[in-house]
Amino acid sequence: MEIKVVKDIMGANDQIAQKNRQLFDSNQVFVVNVMASPGAGKTSLILETIKRLKGKVKVGVVEGDISSSLDAEAIGKEGVPVVQINTGGECHLDANMTSTALGSLPLGDIELLLIENVGNLVCPAEFKLGEDMRILISSTPEGDDKPFKYPLMFHEADAVLINKIDLLPYLKFDVDAFSKAIKGINQKVKVFPISCTTGEGVDRWVDWLLGQVGG
Amino acid sequence: MHELSITQSMLDLVLEQAKNAGAKEVGKINLVLGEMTGVVDRAVQFYFDFLSKGTAAEGAALSFKVIPTTARCRSCAKDFKLGEFDWTCPHCQGNNIEIVGGKELFVESIEVE
Ligand SMILES: Nc1nc2c(ncn2[C@@H]2O[C@H](COP(=O)(O)OP(=O)(O)O)[C@@H](O)[C@H]2O)c(=O)[nH]1
Ligand SMILES: [Mg+2]
Ligand SMILES: [Zn+2]
Repeated sequence: MEIKVVKDIMGANDQIAQKNRQLFDSNQVFVVNVMASPGAGKTSLILETIKRLKGKVKVGVVEGDISSSLDAEAIGKEGVPVVQINTGGECHLDANMTSTALGSLPLGDIELLLIENVGNLVCPAEFKLGEDMRILISSTPEGDDKPFKYPLMFHEADAVLINKIDLLPYLKFDVDAFSKAIKGINQKVKVFPISCTTGEGVDRWVDWLLGQVGG
Repeated sequence: MHELSITQSMLDLVLEQAKNAGAKEVGKINLVLGEMTGVVDRAVQFYFDFLSKGTAAEGAALSFKVIPTTARCRSCAKDFKLGEFDWTCPHCQGNNIEIVGGKELFVESIEVE
């Protein structure tokens, strides 16, 4: 006997993500899922963003990088609540891991939650966490062919940050062609060329983010 | 590597459907996989063989229908397969495109006894 199913395999994760979303909404927390390859600058961007939002927005952080708790410690030094998720070797965060971590965060005292996903350009795209916004950091040393290799990530992102533009003089990376390709498949995307090292472009990103949190 | 959790979700879904239908055994699972998801069929098979042991789906055959990443041009409305180095429309050289296939990840049907 054949049974028609036609059900999304990610359905179970999506349901938990939906619950997380309700919890975020009831606490008025705006949530950003930060995705990128390892070393692209997720932690650096979160640190730079926190610094610029001091006194403006109450930030909290979820650290999902598998490597260690080093990133969480660096962020804790900024005086914001941070919780580390141990993914047990998984290559992405999922809604359930996120849900477990939320118990250790003072959600009522957080307006913006930044979630550093595990460094990976394939897997995290499938797993909704309950976020309001997905951002993708693509750093210049990774090359400007990444959208073509990982189209789903670039297709799903609300914003793409081209990080490490301070290194552009040493690399073959065509910022305009890169931006044009992404905007071609993703009409809503905002593209921000930035450098977390020199600070170039970071204010523009933070201003836009502030607008999103407020709106 | 996301195939492990994806396969577990797929198996849970299949077992629930089989149970609801009062089936004792699942003989075949028909899956639809979009190319864009990066889900590798061989990895799904590998994890499935491991995860399904001792369940009603043990030994079930997996069939994969792979959907290529397909784009539709917003200028000329023609469909084309998304290129690996270039995302311009081969018909009108337009850049404004929409993804219309390749994101699928679902269980289409199961065959049970
Ligand atoms: N040159 C340069 N290096 C950067 C920049 N942003 C981050 N890095 C460096 O890249 C490395 C990885 O950054 P990190 O934030 O830990 O990346 P993550 O793995 O994505 O969290 C660190 O050595 C950073 O100092 C940048 O804008 N320019
Ligand atoms: Mg990090
Ligand atoms: Zn066209």
